[in-house]
Amino acid sequence: MNVPERTLKTKGAPSLGELEAAGMLPGLEDLKARACLCIECVEEIPCNPCETSCPRGAIRVGSPITNLPALDRDKCTACGLCIPACPGIAITIKRVEGEKATIRFPWEYLPRPEAGDEVRMVDRLGRVVCPGRVTGVNEAARNDRTAVVTAEFASEHVLSVVSMQRGPR
Amino acid sequence: MADKPVVVVGAGPAGLCAAIELKKAGAPVVLLDENDKPGGQLFKQIHKFFGSREHKAGTRGFDIGTGLLDESLRLGIDVRLKTEVVGVDPGLRVWAVEDRGRSYLLEASRLVIATGATENALSFPGWTLPGVMTAGCAQTLVNVYRVLPGKRVLIIGSGNVGVIVGYQLMQAGAEVVGVVEAAPTLGGYGVHTAKLARAGVPFHVRTTVARAEGGESLERATIVGLDDSFKPLPGTERTLEVDTICLAVGLTPSVELPSLAGCATTYVPELGGRMPLHDEYMRSSVEEVYVVGDTAGVEEASTAMEEGRLAGIHAAWSLGYLDDAAMEAGAAETRRRLDALRQGVFGKKRFDAKSRVLEESHNR
Repeated sequence: MNVPERTLKTKGAPSLGELEAAGMLPGLEDLKARACLCIECVEEIPCNPCETSCPRGAIRVGSPITNLPALDRDKCTACGLCIPACPGIAITIKRVEGEKATIRFPWEYLPRPEAGDEVRMVDRLGRVVCPGRVTGVNEAARNDRTAVVTAEFASEHVLSVVSMQRGPR
Repeated sequence: MADKPVVVVGAGPAGLCAAIELKKAGAPVVLLDENDKPGGQLFKQIHKFFGSREHKAGTRGFDIGTGLLDESLRLGIDVRLKTEVVGVDPGLRVWAVEDRGRSYLLEASRLVIATGATENALSFPGWTLPGVMTAGCAQTLVNVYRVLPGKRVLIIGSGNVGVIVGYQLMQAGAEVVGVVEAAPTLGGYGVHTAKLARAGVPFHVRTTVARAEGGESLERATIVGLDDSFKPLPGTERTLEVDTICLAVGLTPSVELPSLAGCATTYVPELGGRMPLHDEYMRSSVEEVYVVGDTAGVEEASTAMEEGRLAGIHAAWSLGYLDDAAMEAGAAETRRRLDALRQGVFGKKRFDAKSRVLEESHNR
């Protein structure tokens, strides 16, 4: 097996290979079957709000709190409460339906996007991957000022897209 | 003796928590801070904190600060702001200067020093140009005074401070044109660096700043690659147009007051350099003097709060305000929460360093 390119500690973000090696990402088949949580948290840091925010007990960190989160996909309903709870801004939910992929991701920049906005989807290193369209912005009070944005884009890019490009303020 | 208050110097997360534990136990306490607002660095922290629920994880730093302030007000703690402590004598008399005008002496029964840390600087040609500042300075400008220090920012140092401030500067509308790191690998939490990476911020490892240039203020910076012995590599210079350089190259414990109080110090590179020795109750080599938070080794706000609680509980017990069982139970619980924060790849280093400090303290 090839050793995946490791970019987390040199370029700032993990490579797809690094994440796959950590066993954290859903595969394409999973993404076609249902909405899947993607937790991109591969370092042992003392943190567990993902676990405590989950009403279904689908995310387990346990003790010590430096454990990496473990997801039980059968328990996860993709409700998305963990997205704004994660202080690391490291959780998204993705889904593939035919040619279309949907992503729900955390967003802490101004101006807030609005449904209908045409945006540019980016990968983990901020490279523009494809165009996208915002379909919803959740700013519930319990998110504590972290918006959760839903956007659609071409499903062939579902594994690499993690967010959208920040516009001028 | 009982009438003398415990004097806590520094109303940041560590000092506030120490004062809260003391007051809850019924001990008289005076909390002094040189600033016009308490909270230390907490009110600059607009991000959600790590940890677990008992560490207030997921809560933004300034909201944690507001919670501590509310609690200190509810408890009626004597908080004296704009009050600098400029001296301590061996009889535990604390020399305070109020509002740069009135100076007075406070006789303390115990002293808790929570004066934090000072950001390290880095000198290079052009470092005195306006626009070159520490990351903490930029964070104060943007999050406390709501002034954007510049539009194009270069960050020196990839530890958590550098990358958190970089993210916050982008949130405030600036561009971060790069983060340079002299070491071969990035220092901060991967989830923090990933926020910058997905915003398109380039990270440059094995790189440092060679010089800064500009007329009246900073206009450009030249960065240069480093070899294995951190020497600049010829031919690798690159010039970036920037109006701001943020230096995020570590912090050093502020040991002036512990030194004046006669506390023995030691050198611990992982905790920021020279720092006062302390035991498992945060007591320095001077029995009546406690050191907590970044003063007692640079860590984080969450560890600072727990250290403050630990010292507050022990100081209250030492004055007879808590019985043995309450003190031991409180201390054990606080230590358990502290230990939880000192695990994993990042925490382990600090845990080991703190263990060495305790050992050295005991062997004295």
